[in-house]
Amino acid sequence: MRRFLRSGHDPARERLKRDLFQFNKTVEHGFPHQPSALGYSLSLRILAIGTRSGAVKLYGAPGVEFMGLHRENNAVVQIHFLPGQCQLVTLLDDNSLHLWSLKVKGGVSELQEDESFTLRGPPGAAPSATQITVVLPHSSRELLYLGTESGNVFVVQLPAFRTLEERTISSDAVLQRLPEEARHRRVFEMVEALQEHPCDPSQVLIGYSRGLIVVWDLRGSHVLCHFLSSQQLENVSWQRDGHLIVSCHSDGSYCRWPVSSDAQQPEPLRNCVPYGPFPCKAITKIFWLTTKQGLPFTIFQGGMPRASYGDRHCISVVHDGQQTAFDFTSRVIDFTVLTEADPAAAFDDPYALVVLAEEELVVIDLQAAGWPPVQPPYLASLHCSAITCSHHVSNIPLKLWERIVAAGSQQHTHFSTMEWPIDGGTSLAPAPPQRDLLLTGHEDGTVRFWDASGVCLRLLYKLSTVRVFLTDTDPSDNLNAQGEDEWPPLRKVGSFDPYSDDPRLGIQKIFLCKYSGYLAVAGTAGQVLVLELNDEEAEHAVEQVEADLLQDQEGYRWKGHERLCARPGPVHFEPGFQPFVLVQCQPPAVVTSLALHSEWRLVAFGTSHGFGLFDHQQRRQVFVKCTLHPSDQLALEGPLSRVKSLKKSLRQSFRRIRRSRVSSRKRRPAGPPGEVQEGGARAERTGVQSMELAPVQRKIEARSAEDSFTGFVRTLYFADTYLRDSSRHCPSLWAGTNGGTVYAFALRVPPAERRMDEPVRAEQAKEIQLMHRAPVVGILVLDGHSVPLPEPLEVAHDLSKSPDMQGSHQLLVVSEEQFKVFTLPKVSAKLKLKLTALEGSRVRRVSVAHFSSCRAEDYGEHHLAVLTNLGDVQVVSLPLLKPQVRYSCIRREDVSGIASCVFTKYGQGFYLISPSEFERFSLSTKWLVEPRCLVDSAETKSHSRPRNGSGPEKALGRARNSGNQSDGEERRPGPVMEHALLNDERVLKEIQSTLEGDRGSYGDWRSQRVAMGYSLSNGGAE
Amino acid sequence: MNRSFHKSQTLRFYDCSAVEVKSKFGAEFRRFSLDRHKPGKFEDFYKLVVHTHHISNTDVTIGYADVHGDLLPINNDDNFCKAVSSANPLLRVFIQKREEAEHCSFGAGSLSRRRKALALREDGPRRRAHLHIGLPHDFRPVSSIIDVDILPETHRRVRLYRHGCQKPLGFYIRDGTSVRVAPQGLEKVPGIFISRMVPGGLAESTGLLAVDDEVLEVNGIEVAGKTLDQVTDMMIANSHNLIVTVKPANQRNNVVRGSRASGSSGRSSDSAASRHSLPTAPALLHLQPDDADSDDEPDVVLEGVLEPRPVPRPPPPGSQVRVNGAGPAPARDSPAHRLLSSLRADPRQSLALPLPPGAVEEHGPAVTL
Repeated sequence: MRRFLRSGHDPARERLKRDLFQFNKTVEHGFPHQPSALGYSLSLRILAIGTRSGAVKLYGAPGVEFMGLHRENNAVVQIHFLPGQCQLVTLLDDNSLHLWSLKVKGGVSELQEDESFTLRGPPGAAPSATQITVVLPHSSRELLYLGTESGNVFVVQLPAFRTLEERTISSDAVLQRLPEEARHRRVFEMVEALQEHPCDPSQVLIGYSRGLIVVWDLRGSHVLCHFLSSQQLENVSWQRDGHLIVSCHSDGSYCRWPVSSDAQQPEPLRNCVPYGPFPCKAITKIFWLTTKQGLPFTIFQGGMPRASYGDRHCISVVHDGQQTAFDFTSRVIDFTVLTEADPAAAFDDPYALVVLAEEELVVIDLQAAGWPPVQPPYLASLHCSAITCSHHVSNIPLKLWERIVAAGSQQHTHFSTMEWPIDGGTSLAPAPPQRDLLLTGHEDGTVRFWDASGVCLRLLYKLSTVRVFLTDTDPSDNLNAQGEDEWPPLRKVGSFDPYSDDPRLGIQKIFLCKYSGYLAVAGTAGQVLVLELNDEEAEHAVEQVEADLLQDQEGYRWKGHERLCARPGPVHFEPGFQPFVLVQCQPPAVVTSLALHSEWRLVAFGTSHGFGLFDHQQRRQVFVKCTLHPSDQLALEGPLSRVKSLKKSLRQSFRRIRRSRVSSRKRRPAGPPGEVQEGGARAERTGVQSMELAPVQRKIEARSAEDSFTGFVRTLYFADTYLRDSSRHCPSLWAGTNGGTVYAFALRVPPAERRMDEPVRAEQAKEIQLMHRAPVVGILVLDGHSVPLPEPLEVAHDLSKSPDMQGSHQLLVVSEEQFKVFTLPKVSAKLKLKLTALEGSRVRRVSVAHFSSCRAEDYGEHHLAVLTNLGDVQVVSLPLLKPQVRYSCIRREDVSGIASCVFTKYGQGFYLISPSEFERFSLSTKWLVEPRCLVDSAETKSHSRPRNGSGPEKALGRARNSGNQSDGEERRPGPVMEHALLNDERVLKEIQSTLEGDRGSYGDWRSQRVAMGYSLSNGGAE
Repeated sequence: MNRSFHKSQTLRFYDCSAVEVKSKFGAEFRRFSLDRHKPGKFEDFYKLVVHTHHISNTDVTIGYADVHGDLLPINNDDNFCKAVSSANPLLRVFIQKREEAEHCSFGAGSLSRRRKALALREDGPRRRAHLHIGLPHDFRPVSSIIDVDILPETHRRVRLYRHGCQKPLGFYIRDGTSVRVAPQGLEKVPGIFISRMVPGGLAESTGLLAVDDEVLEVNGIEVAGKTLDQVTDMMIANSHNLIVTVKPANQRNNVVRGSRASGSSGRSSDSAASRHSLPTAPALLHLQPDDADSDDEPDVVLEGVLEPRPVPRPPPPGSQVRVNGAGPAPARDSPAHRLLSSLRADPRQSLALPLPPGAVEEHGPAVTL
């Protein structure tokens, strides 16, 4: 037994292992769970999303992604990019500020936290005195203005966060400088809005929640003008030329105020309640954007009539007589408008609206007629209907890929043709070496095909199986309801729809043959569909077959859901995968395993009652086999046994939940991925925790044969091997159950020319009962060279060597507890690895993967990639079953993460870290998909200042420098030099090129000329 | 195995009070029946047996295979009654010449141990020479203390024998903290403890484990750094042959190591029996099977040209039913397998007892061991 514990001391093997295996968590795909803040840099053209778990994610052009995690796991409340720099400031809900920067290291940018800071008030002050409500990064790039709940505006100097107390704009100071009549009312309270004058950096606008807005002169410390509104202030937008202020209020109204130096207290130009006259909800944020055509865009969030539409999450766009209230599927976290980045431009000319909702990101094209949405290349809502299963197919042939993409493109016609507008940074990652598909099955009966080749997980095609069945709700009714012409002009946008019409439609298993284009999909109500890729739309009937898995088992009564009703008659299918056969298991229990052999045209499926084989060429059932154990019924009085075990499993899962509650943190910070060494420390930590808890007890009781669910079919496998004698090989089907039983059936598939004439025959040839009775999670046949048998059609397509049929084949059975190799055809045990007995961990997922060496081009080995119930990922060698490496990957409490894991054929894997995000990891040194990107700091200089990152109140410096920086062609030597000194030689070259160019005026910022040079002092220099 | 008997019970002789007896002496079988409710006296049974086997002039011992496949003796009225009443439905009786039986004990795994008779015989005479203790005819070993010579005195390594699948090991574990002496002084470390015993369970019946004993190792693997669930899984995965090393909460009953150099570990544990009665020395010696042997749990492989459903039908005559290990690798056999295979191998048996349609073959996994 100890021989397994001894690690191999062969130095050559150890070296080879280093060349073959390496663990990395590379990229997170999908939409961040619980987003809480949005930021956007107009100059960098980079989007930032903060989450409630303290993560900051940056997205630019497809492939440009960064991720950072705050040490404190507090929610990110606000994100602001510093004007014209690769830096951003985040505000967390613990009132701390953090400065992050993108630094170039070894040719690629990295996101790092530089500094953090918590604003401290004078001793004895209420905590609200320093509770930050608004952050304004000043265009000087050196100062940060912080509005607080007390009404004071504090000033801190970047990058060290040094508090400049003498510059604090206290509410008392503002009050004293107000005229007498404005002082009568209690106008102060917290700061709601803080903005810099779009043209003059010495003026800031301060909006207080009681309705007072003042324009403050920073140099003279006096009030330039003030506006008094009768309503609670929500937010403010300052027109590009600085002559107009638009404020929005809690009663659903917005006001326009003229700004001129002659009137100290102007009256509003217009006060308007867009969705009146009945009481409305607050307008929480507003944009007033000018266009060349003259008519402005008004874009605001909220303001819907309280009684009838108060529960909608709306953003309204008003322009040129058109008005649309975009109705989002989930709460709007924040939104921003992409406008002209060039500060010299006279107009905003907005071109896209970016809305961060709780469950998805929606971008709307404001230039195209009808304002259509733009399809995002990343940040896809994986969970628009809950993910129920996933399946990965590596190395898709180009032909199939193109057909899937073509089928998908016809589904995306409602999207705008606009190029993705958020395109900052450059992706340096090499083009993906092959095309990979990730298929996700969803609760609403759809299968989504994702391009998983690279960093961006992009939706290629969506397949819906709903059309095959009769469901309660007809989709056409829904559309009619939407089409009504009414006020407000609501329009639904977004794809997030967590409500499934019928949970029975849920997809549970997917199997795609990449060579033939056959797809098998199986669902919750025992339905198995076989689909074929068709480039044309078609209308045909789906053949229905019932597979009675119980056969002559008597006294069994199914107490679960009914089976789905198939739609009779021909059904219209759009181009793409079209179903032609529907097999419905009886009883309609969830399909627990599925296998498709496209060469033999057979599909095998299993449920908790048994399994069956279906010939989809002849559309005929070959056989079914009931796996229910006779003792299940004898011992546990019939079908009630299932109920009992359900109770038991519920109890277990509650226990698990209780345990996971005490587990420390949701996510470990993204550091170097923890190897096993970390395990020790972690165990200590958990040990320390458990000291304080009441001890948990576990009963030591061996599994008995009476444990229910023994008949549950866990795995199905087709193989052409020596099942009955060592002289002839034949097709075979293998099935493994939860009770540790393996059934082997010998199949007789007629040759191709008589394929339609003769029936496929099957005979049971073997039955193996594993004595430890653990669930069988994987079956595999190794050929004479101990290489796993190739996939069907792989050899026919010349993509694999034909298997060795001379030597003796071996059977590998993986149960949750053991790996065991048997000889074939005489099944006698040859080797085993008792994982549970040695480590106490159980196998949750196992898959064969090919590991290539990073040194030798053509060297590779086949091994088993294994995920255990402790969240460890291991590699176990084939055929000797020697553990190679072990890494801790998923938290052991993360049951759903462990359950969702899929491995690829080349040593990568995916698992869900939240309902909407896949984490991608790699065990291979060679196959590594990770973002490598560069956000060019020189690019920063091209657009002198980003416009408001995430809203007027958070607005960064509005344009004030005109002239010298028009388009990015001009580079200022000063900052470039600075960066060159700081960062890398690459920029040095640019200096040389720009030194010959325009040496624009680079002066004191106080002289109102731009602040570009300020990166000298704070551009990461200190 | 017991399942297959259940099966046949339901199928045949259900309402019949006759107990079928299959008696084996050497290579010969005899069949007769007894009344389940009135089995009679042991004396009569003995006479009947020697008569049917025509061995009236030999001194023999009689044993039977109980439901767990263990060979238990029939030597008085009580255990004869027990044997008949527990026959399920077939009572398998094994007859041995007295002198042969001396070398071979009854008890668990005794059927499989026979193949090692040779090795045992070597030290047999020596053992009898210095001390004769009667065979523990009515005992079945449930546990033993092992490796006393290599463990610290404060620790105890206990091996539990689980007979049949049905009986739970019968204890619970919990996590807690134990105090260790470290260079820096006392230090608290997380540990795994026995929290509760199932009354009447295997663990309690051994008396070697007690509540609050700290579990240090499971089958040679340290539990330090492992979670409660991991340790639970390890114990269950090793439950066929569970060896736990504990640090007993009650240190007063520790094995006191004698000054004499003890031979095998089994002996030393015997000579210094802890607070509970242990099987006697010869039995203990028998109870030291090598790890590989008892650790191995051969899987059952059924082969046959079984027509899959939907046409369930009895296997065609001549269909081969093979139990793994009956063939070329007898060393890996478990007792029950051998029994089963010997049953099958005997043509007379299959003649005398034609298997009812779909009895054993059809429900392959019904053969549990």
